[in-house]
Amino acid sequence: MPAISVEIDGVNYEDEVEARLLLVYYLRDRLGLTGTNVGCDTSNCGTCTVLLDGQSVKSCTVLAVQADGTEIRTIQGLAENGEWHPLQEAFHTEHGLQCGYCTPGMIMSSLDLLQENPDPSEEEVREGLEGNLCRCTGYQNIVKAVRKAAGEMKEGASA
Amino acid sequence: MIPAAFDYVRAGSVDEAVGLLGEHGDEAKLLAGGHSLLPLMRLRLASPGVVVDLGRIDELRGVREQGDELAIGAMTTHYQLTKDPLIAEHCPILAAVTETVGDPQVRHRGTLGGAAAHGDAAGDQPTTLLALDATMVAQGPDGRREIAAADFFTGVFETALAEDEVLVEIRVPKVTDWGYDYQKFNRVAQAWAIVGVAALVRRENGGIAEARVGLTHMGSTPLRASATEQALEGASADGIADAAEQAAEGTNPPADQNAQPDYREHLARVLTRRALENALGR
Amino acid sequence: MTAVEDAPSAQIGQARHRKEDPKLVTGQTSWTDNIQLPGMLYMAFVRSSMAHARIDGVDYSAALEQPGVIAAFSGEDLADDWAGPLPCAWPVTPEMVHPDHWPLAKDEVRYVGDAVAVVVARSREAAADAAEHVVVDYEPLDAVVDMEQALEDSTLVHSDKGTNECFVWNLDSGDLDDAFENAEVVVKRRFINQRLIPTAIEPRAVVVAPVPASGQYTLYSATQVPHILRTMLAMTTGVSEEKLRIVAPDVGGGFGSKLNVYAEESVALAVSSRLKRPVKWTESRSENYQATIHGRDQIQDMEVAADADGRIRAIRADLKADMGAYLQLVTPGIPVLGAFMYCGIYKMDAYSFTCTGVFTTKTPTDAYRGAGRPEATFALERLIDELAAELEMDPIELRKRNWIKHEEFPSDTIAGLTYDSGNYEAATEKAMELFGYDELREEQHRRREDGDRVQLGIGVSTYTEMCGLAPSRVLGSLDYGAGGWESAVVRMLPTGKVEVVTGTSPHGQGHETTFSQIVADDLGVDFDDIEILHGDTKVSPQGLDTYGSRSLAVGGIAIHMASERLVEQMKEAAAHMLEAAIDDVEFEGGTFRVKGSPEASTTIQDVALGLFTAHDLPDGFEPSLQAECTFDPENFSFPHGTHLAAMEVDTETGEAKVRSYVCVDDVGTIINPQVVEGQIHGGLVQGIAQALWEEAIYDDAGNLVTGSIVDYYVPGAPDVPSFTTDHTVTPATSNPLGVKGVGEAGTIASTPAIVNGVVDAIRHFGVNDIRMPCSPERVWRAIQDREGHTQDDTSDQELEGGGMG
Repeated sequence: MPAISVEIDGVNYEDEVEARLLLVYYLRDRLGLTGTNVGCDTSNCGTCTVLLDGQSVKSCTVLAVQADGTEIRTIQGLAENGEWHPLQEAFHTEHGLQCGYCTPGMIMSSLDLLQENPDPSEEEVREGLEGNLCRCTGYQNIVKAVRKAAGEMKEGASA
Repeated sequence: MIPAAFDYVRAGSVDEAVGLLGEHGDEAKLLAGGHSLLPLMRLRLASPGVVVDLGRIDELRGVREQGDELAIGAMTTHYQLTKDPLIAEHCPILAAVTETVGDPQVRHRGTLGGAAAHGDAAGDQPTTLLALDATMVAQGPDGRREIAAADFFTGVFETALAEDEVLVEIRVPKVTDWGYDYQKFNRVAQAWAIVGVAALVRRENGGIAEARVGLTHMGSTPLRASATEQALEGASADGIADAAEQAAEGTNPPADQNAQPDYREHLARVLTRRALENALGR
Repeated sequence: MTAVEDAPSAQIGQARHRKEDPKLVTGQTSWTDNIQLPGMLYMAFVRSSMAHARIDGVDYSAALEQPGVIAAFSGEDLADDWAGPLPCAWPVTPEMVHPDHWPLAKDEVRYVGDAVAVVVARSREAAADAAEHVVVDYEPLDAVVDMEQALEDSTLVHSDKGTNECFVWNLDSGDLDDAFENAEVVVKRRFINQRLIPTAIEPRAVVVAPVPASGQYTLYSATQVPHILRTMLAMTTGVSEEKLRIVAPDVGGGFGSKLNVYAEESVALAVSSRLKRPVKWTESRSENYQATIHGRDQIQDMEVAADADGRIRAIRADLKADMGAYLQLVTPGIPVLGAFMYCGIYKMDAYSFTCTGVFTTKTPTDAYRGAGRPEATFALERLIDELAAELEMDPIELRKRNWIKHEEFPSDTIAGLTYDSGNYEAATEKAMELFGYDELREEQHRRREDGDRVQLGIGVSTYTEMCGLAPSRVLGSLDYGAGGWESAVVRMLPTGKVEVVTGTSPHGQGHETTFSQIVADDLGVDFDDIEILHGDTKVSPQGLDTYGSRSLAVGGIAIHMASERLVEQMKEAAAHMLEAAIDDVEFEGGTFRVKGSPEASTTIQDVALGLFTAHDLPDGFEPSLQAECTFDPENFSFPHGTHLAAMEVDTETGEAKVRSYVCVDDVGTIINPQVVEGQIHGGLVQGIAQALWEEAIYDDAGNLVTGSIVDYYVPGAPDVPSFTTDHTVTPATSNPLGVKGVGEAGTIASTPAIVNGVVDAIRHFGVNDIRMPCSPERVWRAIQDREGHTQDDTSDQELEGGGMG
């Protein structure tokens, strides 16, 4: 079995994995990092989204072996020193989630989006989240949350 | 679902990848970005015995200038294409089309070479490569050969690549001053194009010196709207509407839940007109 | 505004941020698939690839040889493990045809996805691999796909039943013959309410943990209905109810699709019992599309009789409803729930509802958000618009002429319900103003005159729904197999904190927040000091779960009443502590006070501690810190509202887009406006999705063509606009808080609003209907046909076939 070395949320893991093991099942089943979910089998829903070397990817469509030597960030590594990330805060205050199953992926995609575009319009947020499906919220409050977080992050950066 | 078991080899070079393909024959599959192959494997619609990962071959990534052309490494990601300054300057249609492919996560992983080699007639990039008259560079046991895009897409999910060949590079002409547009018509943001039209227009004295029109999902391969292109040679803007009426000639569009062939033909005509009008204006 | 909202410290009415969120935004959730137990085995199901076939043999010998495989079972193998077939708890008529539905098919498979065998292995991967080695010998039979063909009974889904007709259910009221014969106008339409796939974003999953020596089982399931599941599994498996604990951990959405007793749950229990080991099964999305219930799927023949001035005389609804291959938990009851809703908010002289349930070789249907009521509202509101067009009357004016006026409440409807409250005028007026109705009508006129390529249509939909599913007596009269009450326990802890036990089972709605707001007001304790316990039959042994917009209107009221009982109970101890007569003690804002002497007071927390120590209580006083209530309302609740959609239709391509959408809903008293708004938003998108994108398509051989999210178009963020939502508040009179329920409202009203808008945009081409989903191709063809263009030979046939792939 191939050996991999990967840094996840700041922790280094060295493991032997079956070649077919998908990154998301490596996270969930092997490491117990169950914050990242699986919602489809066709790379559509995006609930499994994590950052791989800083970019959003669908961890159900990446083999664990492909992640060898990379740095992964999941929803579980987003808060720092117990402080929520502005996106987590904004999803909460703007009611950008209901059942919460899509939320980890939605937040990680939003993080990628704001890295690319720190001040997105409503339309840009909607386009930027096209890889993530939510069945509960109708998206409106997700869009509000992302734009609110964008504002907070800009303030945080300039402060 | 979970893919069936397979052996995984991370190729260190194109030569090694070619060697592995020769060794394993049709048991082997190349893994580029994985966004076509892995979903098929998860649904067990593909179960290769050996997966050869091209992901770490640095020479296959990036865009460089080569005379009148841009040479794009096959493993250049969609995301890189949308950000590359050479593409932006000399082949902006490719960036614009790539923006419509998949979603941000898919664009971070998916590659131009992977999309081309997958040969999906519903794909946006194959159409664009065809419209660009791109040159596909394949490497096999006997070295490299060039395949014109017109000869590359041969059938439903079929290309001219031999079993032991790796698509290594895609060369596109610089179309620096050409007008361009891509019209993608789909049901929801995530869905494939019902019909897509890529239009490139070389302008001269306010008119059209040359036009190239690629059609997505109008047959078993990407197609060119040749009759439209011919009708536009030396035409003015006023000629677009009539030329676009010929866009569906020679196509053989499929029927599916979104469209019967006659509707696809209609869309091809409408979208060709819109794409050409936009291209001329841009 | 209601009185409670005026109290200074009131929690009710405030947009409290949800207490459910912290774990959900940090990934500290407990979905069923997260559970890993020592020695746990994984199940994979072998499913039928054929819509209809006889099973001549199931050979899993090769599967057993695969690495990591522990066992495999066919339907025959497990036949003795079940006390009965999977339950259908809603036999809508005494004569209803009710075929046996075994968790694993034994003799025949009847839809693609029907489970035939289960393989059990040490890992997910091993189970999936081994399932591919099971060989099933099928003798193909004809598929039964079309409902009307099914009713000809040429091929039977269940040959032993002799018919594909499951039931006929009828309700007639008033003099129909008179109304239809003497009406000045009669409009008839056939609407197709297409089959939908609920697509809760968490697929289903089940884990069973047995204690073999004592015969105890804990079953974890991604379910909306842990209590119903417990009772039903006990009745249909060999496991006794008191030995069975059901836990619904964090559940990722349901929309009705997790309101069921599924084969996989029953099989997991049986396999765990056989192997004496924990087992787990997690559904893949593609599996979900075949194996989890579908929704809607009705042919609706509608007829309205009216006077020339627009007064409605009568409505007749004749439905055919696709049951699919088997009856799941409440399959036949879903279309019948619509029986009382095809008159909507309108007055009329006569009414007829007939529903024929039909078996086909497709995935069973059951409850999907709204369940029977969206179907009714769609057909009715489409019909009303068609009547308006026939009469050349503004669609809102026509509605005004017929709806129940606010001063007429309570009002008995022609279908036999009593609507307790409502104000349709107010909601409509507000919606029209927010929408800019008159300006948009002007723009529409202008664009028509100019022959613009993009035409504007205005879609109108008004609605009411019977929700807060309860009253038990009414449900009983409809032959529903259970009651509709809900249970609550409110408990003070010695440290002054509060635990609330509810029998509802939230899966995303925000009950923990909403219920905490109610209790905070009732007990005068801090919102954050309240914990809502649910979803575990060990913690909450009594309840009827979450569906039908019932959780607040029934479950929330039970909590409110239990809280009031607790205060009354504690008042006696407080009076003793304050050395006052009980009648002299009053309670407000968490403090017991002696009337007239404000300094003589004690807090509810101090009284709780006093009760806990029980050192000094009145003689014979029972030192209980908790009170309970089981609430069974006397009537349904009836939310209502007016939705307006501005639709832009590209007449060249047929593409329809939502330009703007306004809704004003009246859901009674609003406990948490943010939560209510969220429910509306989500409901709107699901309803709009039915109108424009979603459809489960089967081919002639009974294969599900839309077998994954690739082909079944769940809308994403770029596909929908932001909505303008607002509300009016007409409190319900059937419960003390005046709440009505909000879970289904958005879904119910939005579908007809969108389709009415699309049709309105192109009516001047002679178009009077577009079948859902209103795909660009359908819209384009409608325009083409009516414009008299010559069509290819294929087009008529394909138009008929609609979305067949």
